[in-house]
Amino acid sequence: MPRNIQLDEQGRLRHFLSIEGLKRSVLVDILDLAESFSGVTEQTIKKVPLLRGKTIVNLFFEASTRTRVTFELAAKRLSADVLNVNINASSTVKGETLLDTLQNLEAMHCDMFVVRHADSGAAQFIAEHVLPHVHVINAGDGRHAHPTQAMLDMFTIRRVKGEFAPLTVAIVGDVLHSRVARSQINALTTLGVNEVRVIAPKTLLPKEVETLGVHVYHDLRQGLRDVDVVIALRLQHERMQGAMLPSEHEYFQLYGITQEKLALAKPDVTIMHPGPINRGVEIASEVADGPRSVILQQVTHGIAVRMAVMAMAMGSTPLEKNA
Amino acid sequence: MTYDVEEMLNTMTAELRKQLDARGAVDPLMIGIHSGGVWVAERLHQLLQLQGPLGKLDISFYRDDFTRIGLNPAVRPSHLPFTVDGRHIILVDDVLYTGRTIRAALNEIFDYGRPDSVILAVLVDRGGRELPIQADVAGASMSLSAHEQVKLSGPTPLALSVKQTP
Repeated sequence: MPRNIQLDEQGRLRHFLSIEGLKRSVLVDILDLAESFSGVTEQTIKKVPLLRGKTIVNLFFEASTRTRVTFELAAKRLSADVLNVNINASSTVKGETLLDTLQNLEAMHCDMFVVRHADSGAAQFIAEHVLPHVHVINAGDGRHAHPTQAMLDMFTIRRVKGEFAPLTVAIVGDVLHSRVARSQINALTTLGVNEVRVIAPKTLLPKEVETLGVHVYHDLRQGLRDVDVVIALRLQHERMQGAMLPSEHEYFQLYGITQEKLALAKPDVTIMHPGPINRGVEIASEVADGPRSVILQQVTHGIAVRMAVMAMAMGSTPLEKNA
Repeated sequence: MTYDVEEMLNTMTAELRKQLDARGAVDPLMIGIHSGGVWVAERLHQLLQLQGPLGKLDISFYRDDFTRIGLNPAVRPSHLPFTVDGRHIILVDDVLYTGRTIRAALNEIFDYGRPDSVILAVLVDRGGRELPIQADVAGASMSLSAHEQVKLSGPTPLALSVKQTP
């Protein structure tokens, strides 16, 4: 088996591209470290000097506000310098290739690229081509993976529920177009939850989704029975091609998370959503804003989790031979 | 050789009382550095009958060797359940060696606020300082070589030993 490009010779996290191929112990290390970083917000000066003098480039080939902002805040709380590069408005228009862009940024002595790209595998491609001291974090690539989002969801679940083993987690909605769902399923199974369910119409599920180790439900009411955590996924209008759905209204009737349908879940059910929310499409406002919702906590936790991933990756920098 | 840790703690308590009085430091706060420093601080906190809660510091995010050795995966959250602004702080560690841990701890404390003063109390000052940082109070002073290591085991009972390292 080829060595996982995400890990260095000592098994430490070098890049963070996907949950796949990472052992439970690595995921737990990320969660534990994030727990420690969450204390930084209690300080008067909400910063630690860990990555002072390092330069982190947010390389966004696809629009995103929240993910970019939380990555930026995380990097700044670690005292790194941050450069936001929006590639749509930059060099690709002038015909520069991806590798040209990378080499130019490396020539400016950048230490880490946080990459978001519409193509699956883009972050992996970049990781394969960067200099040995440069680290790559995947901030979402096509339909493939969004591992930091999955880890902040795991962090939130652990904070609320304490442990993973007894939990039944339902992921509801557009799994087909969701890189978040793929990473969540991988993380949940690696961390050893009791059961992962996906609940969606056939047209919004990838082929052979069962091979990921999940139970498939097409009926929301059946799928919600006795679950501990419900993760509602955003209906991805912008990724929809062709008429996969009758209408948003009908989708809400069948798959929208409402107070009434939630009565079937455990009384202490936790409601999550990776955002941004389509209110009245995949989730009712009263649920999104209700007492069981931890949607805004997920956003807060995103900062500590991204600090942890950045610090771990940057901490694995190989020593120069004569250092 | 065996060390009487209880006796050392009593000496430190008496010396701390004296120095706090001399500074006019009323109602001081105590902060221990993970993990050995917290064990020592728990005992001193009791012996000095301090009122405030005990603060705990993990200085991993403030170390100066991150780029050389990376991050300690066993880092715990720091927890200072009080405001340090305008307070007298007793900073406690088990062993004072190079002074780099204390440098990191001071930087971290100052990211929480501006204390009026900081007193450094250590169970053992083992010699070998690399920075201009010294203990105000030490339970014992030694002059060890780089091949010797002081190890504190605990938390109950606290026991000190000096080991040869290869």
